[in-house]
Amino acid sequence: MYQSKWRIFTNHTILVLGALFMILPVWIAFASSTHTREYIFQHGLQFWPGGEFFSNYGAILFDAEATKGRVTALEMLFNSMVLGLGFAIGKVIISMMAAYAIVYFRFKLAVPLFWIIFSTLLLPLEVRIVPSYEVVASLGLLNSYTGLILPLIASATGTFFFRQFYRSVPDELLEAARLDGAGALRFFIDILVPLSVTMIAAIFIIMFVVGWNQYLWPLLMTTDDQLYTIVIGIKQVYNSLYEGGQIPQFPKAFALTIMASIPPVLVVVIFQRMFVKGLVETEK
Amino acid sequence: MKRVQFEHSAVPYLFIAPQILIISIFFLWPAVQALYQSFLLEDAFGLSSQFVWFRNFEDVLSSSSWTRSAIFTVVFSVLVSVLSIAISLFLAVRADEVIRGAKTYKTLLMWGYAIAPPVAGLLGIMMFNPLMGDLYMVFNSFGFEFNHIENPNDAAFVVILIAVWKQVSVNVIFFLSGLQGIPKSIQEAATLDCKSPERRFWTITFPLLAPTTFFLLVINLTYAFFETFGIIDVSTKGAPGGSTATLVYKVYVDGFLGADMGGSAAQSVLLMIMVSVLTVFQFRFIERKVHY
Repeated sequence: MYQSKWRIFTNHTILVLGALFMILPVWIAFASSTHTREYIFQHGLQFWPGGEFFSNYGAILFDAEATKGRVTALEMLFNSMVLGLGFAIGKVIISMMAAYAIVYFRFKLAVPLFWIIFSTLLLPLEVRIVPSYEVVASLGLLNSYTGLILPLIASATGTFFFRQFYRSVPDELLEAARLDGAGALRFFIDILVPLSVTMIAAIFIIMFVVGWNQYLWPLLMTTDDQLYTIVIGIKQVYNSLYEGGQIPQFPKAFALTIMASIPPVLVVVIFQRMFVKGLVETEK
Repeated sequence: MKRVQFEHSAVPYLFIAPQILIISIFFLWPAVQALYQSFLLEDAFGLSSQFVWFRNFEDVLSSSSWTRSAIFTVVFSVLVSVLSIAISLFLAVRADEVIRGAKTYKTLLMWGYAIAPPVAGLLGIMMFNPLMGDLYMVFNSFGFEFNHIENPNDAAFVVILIAVWKQVSVNVIFFLSGLQGIPKSIQEAATLDCKSPERRFWTITFPLLAPTTFFLLVINLTYAFFETFGIIDVSTKGAPGGSTATLVYKVYVDGFLGADMGGSAAQSVLLMIMVSVLTVFQFRFIERKVHY
């Protein structure tokens, strides 16, 4: 297609500026995380990395003192991993099964149950946090992985993704399977699940990132440091920056911020193609 | 619904049971409780409560802080949605055009999806930290007398900037896929007829992207309503004086920090109604797009 030289030049200029707009805040945080706190305090945020990379990141990862609590960043990363994986796995399994029932079966309560599932879309967790907290507290699930993960799974987004996908699966497959004598369970495990592998992977990736990045619910749920996810840990560290009359520990706070972002960013960049496909196709 | 279906009595119930169980415990129960609580007035110690019909709603709707928060939420949501959609569309059109480095540019614009809202909020507020923030210093060196800690407008500016930054990548992803859906033959025919890329954009590309844009508008409004909680909680915390508190943030502040259960529940119910309207709107639109 014809493109003038000027157009090509402005295209690249605009895209470079756009990329810088996205990257600069993160880059500056990274560069500043590799200096001593005295240096940052005197000279402000830094554009070029300094020499404290290993000492700052090492302290954050292995020394609970540096994260202002009783847990190290390593333990927080583990908690985030549990939340991300638990959320993604739970969501995929539960919504695959529910969508299968809705699409492939004719049963009495199908319509009311579908509307119950649909209604969860009307009311995000953010809107019902206070009563949700009370319910989880009365079940004795505060400060547990179960209480952290299960309430987040109680939404229908995944079910709708799979419902959409199953509907695009040709009916002939089911007819053929039934001729061969396959039952409902057999058809699901041997035909539908293998067919959905790409879809499962895409949704899994998206849900992992969503789970990892959860903030409000873990913030309410986890009063015990041992269960802090890294996103919650960051808030604790920043909250205590100005305590004790010492020079604020900005570099280590930045280091924790960078560490919280590396896993989800890597997942998105590495699985970019799959991730984009999942996001665009399911949201339709 | 499938044309061919299983007819079996127990199997579908077994398959749908886990989801229904989780929804009943962690969704329906709290939702009903919110509805019930919104009609109750608790005493200061939470020991006794009394059924007061719509008084909580009247209190909420007539309180100046709720009205102010509602106005801020609407202005904030519209500005964040429009700005991030405009920036993303501008960038996506260019990224779709370039040939050299197209893949790299796309990755560089997309990765931001993975950043958690509170992380974006912290990165942003640090850039505006009066002690060392680069942007704070740049703005003040131009003589703006920028002070987001005391000036509500400046604080709103900071929150909006962060929220837009965080949302650009999602919009870029959808616009790029929308642009790929436009047949190359149409673009080539347009190039023959019209040399100016700007006019081609407004007469061909933009109208063809209208469904994507409209869909993104709904997505962005929902994002600005709910997901910006993390951004606000780590950056301004609604300060100064509640001027940057969205409605969702206010539910949290009143319910958890202020322990006003009835009022907070009434606010939840009001929000519920607003979201329902947005969702129904979104679904109607999607139905239409299928026929389109």
